Amino acid sequence: MITTLSTPAAKRLRLATAATAGLALFALAGCSSSGDDAPSTSASGDDVAVTLIIKTQGTSYFQEMADGATAAADELGVDLTVAAGKVDGDEDTQIQAIENAISRGDQGILITPNGPTVFDAIQKAREAGLYVIALDTVPDPVDSVDITFATDNFLAGQLVGQWTAEKLDGGDAVIALLDLFDDKVLTVDYDRDQGFLDGLGIDLGDPAVNGDEAPTGTYTGGKGGEYTIVGNLATQGTEEGGRTATETLLSENPDINVIYGINEPASYGGYQAMEAAGKTEGLITVSIDGSCDGAQYVEDGILQATAQQYPLKMAELGVQAIYDLVTTGTAPAPEDGEDFFNTGVQLITNEPMPDVPSIDVAEGQEVCF
Amino acid sequence: MTAPASRSASASASAHDVDTRAPILEARRLVKTYGRVVGLDGVGLKLYPGEVLAIIGDNGAGKSTLVKCLTGAEVPDTGELLLDGRPVSFKRPQDARAAGIETVYQTLAVSPALDVASNLFLGREERKRGILGSVFRMLDTKGMRAKAGRELAELGISTLQDVTVPVENLSGGQRQAVAVARAAAFGSKVVVLDEPTAALGVRESNQVLELVKALRERGIPVIIISHNMPQVFEVADRIHIQRLGKRAATITPQSHSMTEAVAIMTGAQTA
Amino acid sequence: MTDTAPKTGSLDLAEEFLDRTTPLTRIRGILHRHPAISPALVLLVAVIVFGLLNDRFLRPENLSLISQQVAVVGTLAIAQTLVILTAGIDLSVGAIMILSAMVMAQTAASTGVPPVLCLLLGLVVGLAAGGLNGLLVTRLKLPPFIVTLGTLSIFTAVTLLYTGGTTVRGSEIPPLLTFTGVTFSIGGISLTAGVLIMVLLYLIMAYALNRTAWGRHVYAVGDDKEAARLAGISVNRVLVSVYLAAGAIIAVAAWIQIGRTNAASPNSGVDLNLDSITAVVIGGTSLFGGRGAVWGTLLGALIVGVFRNGLALAGLDVLYQTLAVGVLIIVAVALDQWIRKARS
Repeated sequence: MITTLSTPAAKRLRLATAATAGLALFALAGCSSSGDDAPSTSASGDDVAVTLIIKTQGTSYFQEMADGATAAADELGVDLTVAAGKVDGDEDTQIQAIENAISRGDQGILITPNGPTVFDAIQKAREAGLYVIALDTVPDPVDSVDITFATDNFLAGQLVGQWTAEKLDGGDAVIALLDLFDDKVLTVDYDRDQGFLDGLGIDLGDPAVNGDEAPTGTYTGGKGGEYTIVGNLATQGTEEGGRTATETLLSENPDINVIYGINEPASYGGYQAMEAAGKTEGLITVSIDGSCDGAQYVEDGILQATAQQYPLKMAELGVQAIYDLVTTGTAPAPEDGEDFFNTGVQLITNEPMPDVPSIDVAEGQEVCF
Repeated sequence: MTAPASRSASASASAHDVDTRAPILEARRLVKTYGRVVGLDGVGLKLYPGEVLAIIGDNGAGKSTLVKCLTGAEVPDTGELLLDGRPVSFKRPQDARAAGIETVYQTLAVSPALDVASNLFLGREERKRGILGSVFRMLDTKGMRAKAGRELAELGISTLQDVTVPVENLSGGQRQAVAVARAAAFGSKVVVLDEPTAALGVRESNQVLELVKALRERGIPVIIISHNMPQVFEVADRIHIQRLGKRAATITPQSHSMTEAVAIMTGAQTA
Repeated sequence: MTDTAPKTGSLDLAEEFLDRTTPLTRIRGILHRHPAISPALVLLVAVIVFGLLNDRFLRPENLSLISQQVAVVGTLAIAQTLVILTAGIDLSVGAIMILSAMVMAQTAASTGVPPVLCLLLGLVVGLAAGGLNGLLVTRLKLPPFIVTLGTLSIFTAVTLLYTGGTTVRGSEIPPLLTFTGVTFSIGGISLTAGVLIMVLLYLIMAYALNRTAWGRHVYAVGDDKEAARLAGISVNRVLVSVYLAAGAIIAVAAWIQIGRTNAASPNSGVDLNLDSITAVVIGGTSLFGGRGAVWGTLLGALIVGVFRNGLALAGLDVLYQTLAVGVLIIVAVALDQWIRKARS
């Protein structure tokens, strides 16, 4: 699924794709090719029923996704049901939601799967004639669903890592990695973390495993330099988790000058720990998500950069795609060479670096969630 | 049964009785200390077939420690216990129970949500005959209910007609009756009642005293601990008076008056 | 518990007066004697209402679906009922289930051990975990809440250490372990083997609780531990047996879970412990122990399943389902308290 590109030229190509992807988004809804699995019913919008199954209700990212789907559904007259896992990783509730969607007679499902167990139920839904779109993350294997509207988390990590390398300007990097979980393995967790390290130019080892990198060595991003990874700690994606993790890492190595956080709350917590320790001088704190809070943190100097993703667009496009499929019989298809629709990622920073495409906070705040 | 005989026998006996019959339960020179506090200081006690022996005494006189030693709730430091003339030692209440000494505790030891029959048979349920019982462990509910009904009728507990009623739906006196009936059933040798009427009203207390008398009619000896002098004098054949960890005297309702008993209890008089 | 004992013969009058009160009191008395009536009524009303809201609800396929969705929680809830009847609570049921499922599936997938032995191994894991809970509760005399809160973390960690967080997919699992997901058609309604096994477990446990001395002892221990001890019941032995039985039932739930998801995932069963408690409580079993019945628990599990499915079919968002379950719990407990007043 995610191909790790290593040559600088290829990297730049991907970054360029990412930057333009956002602009291409709105054209995607109309984009079509010859859908081979023609729908059995053609109907008006009133008869189109879609279930959106998000990971959990607990974060603004997925709330935003739900809001986007709801807005699109209202506009198109699609009957939308929103379901969610109780927590990130809750597969059982998602399975039940899929079964209920089948039972209700929905035509399509938009889902951000909480784990591989869900795919079996997805398969049943597809056999029952439902069109299943994965959102947010490309599932493994990619053909578990009909199509994916995703952001490339690895790419988002790379953008942030590249920017960090440029910002370091050849200086030593002492890195704290604030990951999501240590009691379960999620693709978003390692894709963002590993993408970040790849962007910095650090040898990854297994790109699906966090924390297997050499603890010290040289990074090749930007002007290149020496790096030390102090450690990977889980934060549950919360401020409290980020703060505790950073405090722990600080006591291991007081010279931390780079904090990567899985999302903005985690990074914010990390910054708070550094501030309490009086070590914000020269600190680079970066993150991924691009929520309105996150954009504001960049404005406030708490974060230096964050990668913005577009959950709202994913959901809008998903609802539109199923609507189109039911009403016109046209199934969506991604561009050549991709196995998913990339809904894009943009770096938000007020310190743009050469070779790293970015937007400023004001632009980011216009489209944040 | 021998109940009337025993009553006359003990009535004629002196405080240090010279009864020639063998006691069912006998305690010899029981000593129990708690650190420096002496609970029992060489106490002896004899319980004869078919009699009601009351134990009275002030708070801290050692009557409750004495009863605990008799029923296995406490293990005496030194001294002997003899049941039917054979030495016994109880480490736990279950030991005493297995030996035939049944105790009804002040805190009603019944399970409120279970029905009367289940409470009577709690801990010694009977199974159905045949493979239903031996392999499938099925309870003989019907049989146990019938037996429970007979048991209650024999004790003259007429207010408990329906043995399928949960105990929590009964009045305090009825619950006490269930507890006493359980103690008296199953061929027990000795029944010990610890303050059986403390929580009851007059009418219900009287029901319990009638039950005590019914036990005596059936030849089952009873030890009853009570604060209530009129009740003690109404029901007891002999009265064991504890004072300061020792036996002050053993009297009978005929040999002493209530006032004298209280005087001995408080040390104002010796027997 | 000494009711205001009248000192005179007015007792009879008072009792008679109590007996002749409002119809409401009489209903309460009936509910008190038959605790399964109220959850049964709730289930009936819910089925009728959801049937009216969406005509797909009462279709055989959908009812079959609900039964499948309930099977795992319903089975765990049997174990939970046992523990709660003894005035305990088991927060580790979900964690034990996942550990047991992972051991079964991983052993079958990665070694040549015959599937039957893998199943037995899962059962051993369940028994060992339940036994550990039981020993901690009886030997260390710790409250079950604390013990199982601790073992919840321990079993979760052991599972993750053992699996490394990876899922065993259905294609790697032998058919015997996924047998519980096989569908049978009985009278036009298709049921999975897992559902049938759950029902069988309910039958067995109802028998054991109502028809054996062990069952009486479980109730007596939960009702009043001291009274049970004084009645000669070995309280510790009963408690350990209850946790062992719970462990065995949880292992069966693990088997059902593997069949249902056609996989074994360390991330499944996130809060099955709470879901199982929910089923028990809605089913009318008292959290204070000694009162309740497994049939109530089955009804409780079905009520939750019907609400979730029914609200989803009615197109309501997931938050409303969660909200409805919360309201159900509070109503059930309030009802239980009100009914319990019938005895005073």
